[in-house]
Amino acid sequence: MVCSRPAKGEINDMKKSKFLFVALALAALALWPLMAGQYGVDLVTKIMIFAIFALSLELLVGSTGLVCFGQAAFFGIGAYATVLLTPQDGAPSLLWLLPACVLAAAFYALLVGALSLRTKGVYFIMVTLAFAQMAYYVVHDTPLGGGTDGIYLLSKPVLGTLLDLDKPLVFYGFTLACLAGVFGFLALLLRSRFGRALAGIRVNEQRMRATGFSTYPYKLAAFVISGGLAGLAGFLFAVKDGFVNPELISWHLSGEVLIMIILGGLGHLRGALIGAFAFALLQEFFKSEAIFGEFSKHWHLGLGLSIIACVALLPRGLVGVPEQLAARLRGRLTGARGTGTTEVGNESV
Amino acid sequence: MSQSEVLLRGREITRRWGGLVALNGVSLDLERGTVHAVIGTNGAGKSTLINILSGEIPPSSGQVELLGQDVTNWSQPKRARAGLGRSYQRNTIYPSFTVFENCRLAAQARVQKPWAWWRDAQRCEVSTAAARAAATRAGLDDLLERPAGLLSHGQKRQLEIAMCLATAPQVLLLDEPLAGMGAEETERMLKLLAELKASHAILLVEHDMDAVFRIADCITVMVNGAVIASGTPDFVRNSADVRVAYLGEH
Repeated sequence: MVCSRPAKGEINDMKKSKFLFVALALAALALWPLMAGQYGVDLVTKIMIFAIFALSLELLVGSTGLVCFGQAAFFGIGAYATVLLTPQDGAPSLLWLLPACVLAAAFYALLVGALSLRTKGVYFIMVTLAFAQMAYYVVHDTPLGGGTDGIYLLSKPVLGTLLDLDKPLVFYGFTLACLAGVFGFLALLLRSRFGRALAGIRVNEQRMRATGFSTYPYKLAAFVISGGLAGLAGFLFAVKDGFVNPELISWHLSGEVLIMIILGGLGHLRGALIGAFAFALLQEFFKSEAIFGEFSKHWHLGLGLSIIACVALLPRGLVGVPEQLAARLRGRLTGARGTGTTEVGNESV
Repeated sequence: MSQSEVLLRGREITRRWGGLVALNGVSLDLERGTVHAVIGTNGAGKSTLINILSGEIPPSSGQVELLGQDVTNWSQPKRARAGLGRSYQRNTIYPSFTVFENCRLAAQARVQKPWAWWRDAQRCEVSTAAARAAATRAGLDDLLERPAGLLSHGQKRQLEIAMCLATAPQVLLLDEPLAGMGAEETERMLKLLAELKASHAILLVEHDMDAVFRIADCITVMVNGAVIASGTPDFVRNSADVRVAYLGEH
């Protein structure tokens, strides 16, 4: 059996190029405020928050194989906790408010995970959706959540005199730091023994159990971590807008973040990053009146069609584009079709 | 080592699926240093027996003892950590991982430490060493970096065994390890089983009768979920019941 597999050196090169890509992307984000105006800074801040949100879901869907269709619940709870915990008098300290919001989301994830992880496949998808809808109706229909109108954030959190998140550039820097931190954390997590066990669960849970891994606690831990990170994204979103409404918990948002990671490419942390940017920029593009004029009112149509096209043409997402192009080029050079594509397991970043 | 050190014991194991009795009061002992083969036609309950012994499904009644402890109520992962390894009839490897990572992940079950999230799994020396040793033992030395999905069928069967060995089990439950193997691969696998026999108790479910009669120290014959004969290969070969029910009376 002859098959050309990447040699060790090539794998190291691949790792390097992945690292380089992420480092360059973060550097570009750090330099962005120097060239962009207020609108640009605002837009990229929002996208970075969604990138954190997408990364949280990638841990479940791409890394562990758990398709969660209720991720917006944790995002929304993080956001609502921010608003509800902010005291009437004066700005709260970031030091307690941020962990409190993350913990609130993680706690709900613990409840949802403990019950939903007893189901599998399509049932799991439906149960996570049901729990998210439950949270949605709690804020939508009770005085606690302020109903459809939502609630305003009284004052934005501060860190002494060091950080005032009310200033857009400070907030931009803070969000970027959070994104880099979450990315780094997940990259380490996925190459650790815990991460490898999650990968094993994704590929073959039965074998993992036969080998001696109690898979339920592993999945629950992943679920709670994911919920906490989604809560962090929700916290940032609430602080950015200074306003929350039930839309932040709706299933539309759960669906959008799923589309982001699928668009970017499942199984790669970079995919979540790329997917969040691609989704938001496509949305901006089709909403642009300068380009589409009257038709921009129907931006959903353009966005939907382009996502269908992407998924149909790029089975491995935007992350897989360079490889796909290289394979096609090789095929043209050798006059043969590319060899079967087997996903190699150690990719995590 | 005492001559009869029973590592795994099944007592009166019964499993019903609704009205169907898949296993009916099956008892058997696995001793260290022996290969105990279980043979029988398709549907005789061999795989169900392995599934119950390994904890994948619970018995309707009966008991399983592992290393002298009653493990009937233990989960499958807990039994695995206590020294019970199994392979599957159909390959259940991690096709997208390399051969080495398949073995390393199996070995990791013994040193899980999931809280050490900042440490690279590839630097866990206990699991990497155990993985190398297991792969070498199963004859996969030259294929460590190959994605497991690209292995030949016989090599995948070897990898199944290597993954079992990586968890350092005392008892091996092997579900048709020779299925679909060529003559040469079969020879290699039988040699490996003969080596492993010295330090393990092995339950072998197999359809290849030549292989079974060559390697087994004890054979249990099952028909319709019940044991009809159990003993040495010679005893089983000469048993009238077995001839009628299974080996085919000509």
